[in-house]
Amino acid sequence: MNPQDQPAPSAEEGDIPFMQRLLDNHFLLLFLGVAIPTVVYIIWGIIEITAVPLAK
Amino acid sequence: MTSPYRVCPDTGFKVDLAGEKLIKWNAVTAVVFLAIGGLLGLLVALTRWPEIHLLNADDFYMVLTAHGFVILLVWLIFFEMALLYFASSILLNVRLALPKLAWLGYWLMLVGCLITVVVVLQGNSNVMFTSYVPMMADPGFYLGIIIFAVGALCGCAVFFATLVVAKQEKTYEGSIPLVTFGAMTAAIIAVFTIASGAVILIPTLLWSLGFIAYIDPLMYKVIWWAMGHSSQQINVAAHIAVWYAIAAILFNAKPLSEKVSRFAFLMYILFLQLASAHHLLVEPALSSEWKIVNTSYLLYLAVMASMIHGLTVPGAIEAAQRKLGYTNGMFEWIRKAPWSNPVFSGMFISLVLFGVLGGITGVIMGQEQINIIVHNTLYVPGHFHGTVAAGTTLAFMAITYWLVPVLFRRELILPGWAKWQPYLFGLGVAGLSLAMMGAGTLGVSRRHWDITFADAAIKFDHPALAHLMMGINGVFGVIATIGGIMFVVVIVGSLLWGENRDEVSAAAPAPEAAPTPAPSAMSGHGSAGTMEVPGTFTFALIFLAVFVLYFFVNWKFLASTWGLS
Repeated sequence: MNPQDQPAPSAEEGDIPFMQRLLDNHFLLLFLGVAIPTVVYIIWGIIEITAVPLAK
Repeated sequence: MTSPYRVCPDTGFKVDLAGEKLIKWNAVTAVVFLAIGGLLGLLVALTRWPEIHLLNADDFYMVLTAHGFVILLVWLIFFEMALLYFASSILLNVRLALPKLAWLGYWLMLVGCLITVVVVLQGNSNVMFTSYVPMMADPGFYLGIIIFAVGALCGCAVFFATLVVAKQEKTYEGSIPLVTFGAMTAAIIAVFTIASGAVILIPTLLWSLGFIAYIDPLMYKVIWWAMGHSSQQINVAAHIAVWYAIAAILFNAKPLSEKVSRFAFLMYILFLQLASAHHLLVEPALSSEWKIVNTSYLLYLAVMASMIHGLTVPGAIEAAQRKLGYTNGMFEWIRKAPWSNPVFSGMFISLVLFGVLGGITGVIMGQEQINIIVHNTLYVPGHFHGTVAAGTTLAFMAITYWLVPVLFRRELILPGWAKWQPYLFGLGVAGLSLAMMGAGTLGVSRRHWDITFADAAIKFDHPALAHLMMGINGVFGVIATIGGIMFVVVIVGSLLWGENRDEVSAAAPAPEAAPTPAPSAMSGHGSAGTMEVPGTFTFALIFLAVFVLYFFVNWKFLASTWGLS
């Protein structure tokens, strides 16, 4: 597909800075707000606990 | 056909009647549970006061379990549901989506919390709010919390659905208002909290029913704290949204920089939940990397966000006050603030106490090294009474003084009580928070019924100062309870016997028929347009000096406790 075939972003969308588009995407924020602590805190923590060798 | 909306004559907000009813029911239920939980807290304080030592051991642990659950989850989350519906439906000028789901959520929360409270009061589930395994409660204890959490999840779903409806119906322009964004931050943290709770409490319920043989205690602690501590981060985001709302309501104040404030909320969404790890800093099975990344490197981004909010809310008020002409010296803006209005005094005391008592101590406890001084001592409840009681509860009390006349259309009764209540409650919770932290620093354990260890095989004597601190804790606990009772009497009394504002205004109509426009700063956008807030920056420098000094004191204390040379 040629670049000229792609729909150009509307002037309105093009004017919106990246950060504002991020902050206005509420479901992306919801995903990040659940995913980051799930990975960094819960999953990493569980991996560390399961890596502890059992006493013999 | 009756209009599903009314226009608030005070603010001009278009109020969805279905949403308004839900806000009222959730808020009133919250206040009822605040009264119950607060009285249970008084029994705890009077038992831990060595000279009184009110309850026997079994009753103490039962009451402490109920106090923790009712205050830390029930009072706050019911009120937060009211805030979520207010910040979505009313501030976005839209109908509340899925009201039937919202009612289902309300009843699930109510039934769930009643099940847990009844089970606890039966005396067979004295497992504390944390309910660490292998201590086992009756199945109803876990079942009630799970049902309560499902109800809260319904409330979060309604909030997000209302955001979608508002966007589709284009009831707002650009981004959602900052107060709604703060509420959304609380809702996102709530979803993580509830999901974590489900992950650990459903297996624990099955374990208590005999379907699962074993739950690893450390695994339980890690996942439970993802719920237990994050539930308190919902409060932080919600009460900061309330600070911004009150600054807008009273002063039409706009944040110093709306972009920076939104960024600060983003830091909460991404990192605030990681503070849960500070409860696990002495667990040998978890690596220092996990502990430091969670409680230091990433959490500091959320701490920075708190300091941004702590700067920008008073900064916004100062900027607004200076525009009104309060420009003499650095502090006329704060001296001439409406200190006799409980909406303002409650909010400002909440802001100061949350920052100084809850904020600084939270960072101290989040340091792996100095955490060891106070880990699992009474310092921890001292910290969270600074955040939850002094910070969140006082902020919620403050906004309630505004909601009762505006939403419930009732005049406040006992205005003299309302005027002094935030000061009394603030004094009480600040005093008990400091006393608990003092006792915890001296080694008093977090939950033990008897600090004298009278029936222990191996005797241990705390220094006399620790006993004094526990007595001070009791005295300030009584003061805080009186402040809490005053709040409940004023609010419940106003709802029952307060003059109906619509009838008053109908009898004596105001000269101007049109309602006052809604505070544009609450439902609109924009920044204060100035950074010339010297008073606020002076306060911030004092705060930072206290922060640094307290940090130094703790490291010095650690060095003296742990002599390696």
